[in-house]
Amino acid sequence: MFKYLKQLTSLVAMVAVLFTFTTESMAAKKSKTLKNTIKKGFVKCGVSQGLAGFSFADNAGNWTGVDVDVCRAVAAAVLGDANKVKFTPLSAKERFTALTAGQIDVLARNTTWTLTRDADLNLTFVGVNFYDGQGFMVRKDSGMKSTDDFKSGMSVCTNIGTTTELNLADFMAAKGLEYKLVGFEKADEARDTYGAGRCDAYTTDKSGLAAQRTVLPNPDDHIVLPETISKEPLGPVVRQGDAVWEDIVRWSLNVMIEAEEYGVTSANADSMKTSNNPSIKKITGAEPGMGEKLGLDNDWSLRIIKQVGNYGESYKRNIQDTGILPGTRGPNALWTKGGILYVPPLR
Amino acid sequence: MKKIVPQIITLLLIILVFAFFTFNANVNMSNRGMEFGYGFLKRAASFDIQFSLIEYSRESTYGRAYLVGLLNTLLVAFSGIIFATFLGLIFGIARLSKNLLINKFAAFYVEFFRNLPLLLQLFFWYYAALRILPLPHETNGFYNFYMTIKSLYTPSLIWENLDVFLYLLGFSIILIFIINNYFKKIQENKGKQYPILLISLIILFIIPSFAFIFGISSIDIEYPVYKQLSKTSGTFIGGLAIPPEFIALFLALSLYTGTFIAENVRAGIEGISKGQKEAAASSGLTQKQILNLVVLPQALRIIIPPTTNQYLNLTKNSSLAAAIAYPDIVLVFAGTALMQTGRAIEIVSITMATYLSISLAISAFMNYYNKKVAITEK
Amino acid sequence: MIIDKNTAKNDVLTKTYIGIILISLCLLNIVFASFFSVEILKFLPKKIDLSFTFIIGLIGLHLIRSEKSDIKFIHYINTNTNNNNFNGFLTLCILLLILITIPPVINWFILDANFTGDSKDACTGSGACWTYIKVWMRRFVYGMYPNEEHWRINLSFFLVVGLGLIGIFARGQLRKFITLYYVIIYPIIAFLVIYFLISGGSFNLVWVETGAWGGLSLTFIVSFFCLIFCFPVGMLLALGRRSSLPTITYFSVCFIEFWRGVPLITVLFMSAVMFPLFLPEGVFVDKLVMVIIAISLFEAAYVAEVIRGGLQALPRGQYDAAKSLGMGYWRMYIFVILPQALKLVIPGIANTFLALVKDTPLIFVVGLLEIVGMLNMAKTNPKWLGFAMEGYIFAGIIFWIICYSMSKYSQKLELKFKTDR
Repeated sequence: MFKYLKQLTSLVAMVAVLFTFTTESMAAKKSKTLKNTIKKGFVKCGVSQGLAGFSFADNAGNWTGVDVDVCRAVAAAVLGDANKVKFTPLSAKERFTALTAGQIDVLARNTTWTLTRDADLNLTFVGVNFYDGQGFMVRKDSGMKSTDDFKSGMSVCTNIGTTTELNLADFMAAKGLEYKLVGFEKADEARDTYGAGRCDAYTTDKSGLAAQRTVLPNPDDHIVLPETISKEPLGPVVRQGDAVWEDIVRWSLNVMIEAEEYGVTSANADSMKTSNNPSIKKITGAEPGMGEKLGLDNDWSLRIIKQVGNYGESYKRNIQDTGILPGTRGPNALWTKGGILYVPPLR
Repeated sequence: MKKIVPQIITLLLIILVFAFFTFNANVNMSNRGMEFGYGFLKRAASFDIQFSLIEYSRESTYGRAYLVGLLNTLLVAFSGIIFATFLGLIFGIARLSKNLLINKFAAFYVEFFRNLPLLLQLFFWYYAALRILPLPHETNGFYNFYMTIKSLYTPSLIWENLDVFLYLLGFSIILIFIINNYFKKIQENKGKQYPILLISLIILFIIPSFAFIFGISSIDIEYPVYKQLSKTSGTFIGGLAIPPEFIALFLALSLYTGTFIAENVRAGIEGISKGQKEAAASSGLTQKQILNLVVLPQALRIIIPPTTNQYLNLTKNSSLAAAIAYPDIVLVFAGTALMQTGRAIEIVSITMATYLSISLAISAFMNYYNKKVAITEK
Repeated sequence: MIIDKNTAKNDVLTKTYIGIILISLCLLNIVFASFFSVEILKFLPKKIDLSFTFIIGLIGLHLIRSEKSDIKFIHYINTNTNNNNFNGFLTLCILLLILITIPPVINWFILDANFTGDSKDACTGSGACWTYIKVWMRRFVYGMYPNEEHWRINLSFFLVVGLGLIGIFARGQLRKFITLYYVIIYPIIAFLVIYFLISGGSFNLVWVETGAWGGLSLTFIVSFFCLIFCFPVGMLLALGRRSSLPTITYFSVCFIEFWRGVPLITVLFMSAVMFPLFLPEGVFVDKLVMVIIAISLFEAAYVAEVIRGGLQALPRGQYDAAKSLGMGYWRMYIFVILPQALKLVIPGIANTFLALVKDTPLIFVVGLLEIVGMLNMAKTNPKWLGFAMEGYIFAGIIFWIICYSMSKYSQKLELKFKTDR
């Protein structure tokens, strides 16, 4: 009799412990950032100081852009309202410090994913929301048609402290050209200095070139050279060490891309709930379970799509319709449509 | 006993504060996986610098990049000091002129440039004034000096066997020093005056030129030549290319600091009581002698300390180069290098230590000078 | 002989008249050329035209020069600008410089400029486009602060300035407490104002984050609060430096020399990039607070040196008398020494404040946009490109007026206090 009692007590103890563990995980996943965000009531998002198409504020203070949409997606998932975001414009110098210090929780600032940044600075890149490459912009009347027309002695304007500067140095060294680097901390000043004629070329990510070109006095006087001299996968960044928050941001972005792959848009999201496709059911939350694993409620993905839209809608609204890159999406199209956007499935 | 307790308390407080900060820094850095160390200075920089006085390429180390930035800072500070002193002397003396128009003009210069923030003046020169300059292919230049939006292209001098010339120059400077002291001693003991300045100038010019007369060193002039880069742009190669960033910084610093030096010069010369000049005149000294022996020494005593302070301010203000693209130590080291390596504490501490050393050196010189010329009163 | 004297006098008069005619010719030519673009001597090639005019002027000045002329106007010109050839030459140069530069400047500023309108299309003239300033004025003054809340900034301004000026009107018994007021009470009040009124968040006021503050109001906030906070710290440092306790003296000296040896821009870099590492985990200090602390500590070192000068200038008798009355260290300093010393160094403090105001544009390095930062932002706005010059001149005028009036006021104070003693 007593033999069984001992075993029974240990069994009961085990069950009790298991029970508390599961209720813990069911209640809230262990994430300090998530807890703080819910407590504060808004997502702290770090963005650029004004780059059309990615993060740009108009006179009234409304932010738009593909990076902005990533943060809004996180807000829609976690807090239920895509507008509950506080945007902090950051310079290239303070962006990583602000993230590691806790001033912001998500850095969506067209930041290139590199090994050095991943390893050295204790950050985690949670995905790529824009595949880009570095290019050059020159004046049309200079007659230069490609980077082969570059000659020694030219001056190039760019931003300092970014991968752009390093790529430029490597590229020019490989070509054996001597050049004068005119480097500024702010992109606006680099662009204006190029526009005034001080530099023969302006270099940054091609999306940045396209955006800045629309802001120059005579956009048609400038062309972007065809060569792409580097890979620039731009994506959101979070602090290393908070696995739950990482997953939330990562899958908020992935869900937007998945939604486009299956044709779920902000307009038809509700009606898509009745679809038979199991992937669509998971995306729209008709089949429960995904949100729970992230520590969110069931409608997290539905809210993202309804309030922010899928990736294609975000891209169209910010990049194509604004005239920055109105043509085809290049690498930023779905893998089924000739691009390289291929995200892990929602399962 | 009464004096020891508060000191111990203060000491404990200071140690506590330092310990608190250091502890936090350690915790934060280990949390983020950052390490502390100056070894990164040996890593390759991988970025280019536009304007450098010494050899530098993207394979040079971060340490070398620091050196380049430092030399650029010293270059702009040094040239700024020279031009500011020049402006200060001219406008300071002009302020004392009896000519009403000149007096008011100098006053206008001082009041105008002194009351505008230096950063604003710098922005004005760089973003507004120097942007109006023509492109290289649009200008005919002025006797081989081409002022364009890309740079000021000037002819440069090419030396051969420069070291011989420099050794002779150094030798003549030491000689001048010795002769000056010797003549000064004779003047103090016997009152006889020798044309020291004339002799010094003769030595300074004749001895180094021996290098050229005997054909050991030689100078050649290299002229800037236009080179077409594309259909609508070009540049000048050869010669010296002075970037507009340097010019804007140089102008802003000199014009701004020149006003303070002008005020110091004016105070110095006005501060000498009339009685001195009258007594000197009544002793039978000529105007030139009054200037050299009575007015100038006393005026310099009043002028030099605050002017040295202004030199220090100018050197510190040169850090504003970070706002325009001039590659001084703040932009290159505390800007680019900091952003690429993320080593904030090490880099900022090195930068501040550099500026501190410069200012301590200038303060030490000022103290030494003050002691030397202090009027020992009875 | 009388006849000789008369002919001599006539000679001088003739010379004077000829001189006047020549000078007038020279000036008229220049005036016509620059003001009305009419070239009187068009038939001469360009370079000779200018030198010809110049030489005529020089000769004219030379002719009218005399020890004492009968004509009062000429005498005035002679003594003040024309004593010798060199002065005459310089006078002519400056005069010509002024005449040549005035018309284009007036053209650009007023005649060809646009003052009305609401958008870039109103900028049709070749001169300045003041419409740009008019449209952006609210942003330049208030930054990105929400429009409806601007009254809060206005109210704070009046409150702070008013409370600051109260000290001047203290009479009699209250005089003793001036130091205490300015050093302890006033900073606390100022801090409360900035925390509750401008920042908001309680009492039904909308919370406005510090990143939105900007423009001239931010310049005012930063300079004022830095001055208020650097004052007590500077005073403590000055006292510390003169202390008889070696530790405190050593620490004060190190502190002062450190802050005086580094440029402000590196201090701001340090506060933005390095300082967050020194704070405990999770503690996060607002950017503006960090900037105000950094600038206050920086200026405190300079204020300390200024106050030290004042303390040194006080006669020893004051210290001795206070000690002989049995006053302790603090009572002596608060009620006897500091009030007198501070009165002596007000001009020095005014100079430091001036330097502080001129240093505020540097906070752009941490991302705070006061008026110069706002200008830079506005000049890159796509709808308003190309108006950098107007913006800088506008900011220049504002700064110049503030700084000039302050420096003139401090000079007046300096004179007043010099004669007081």
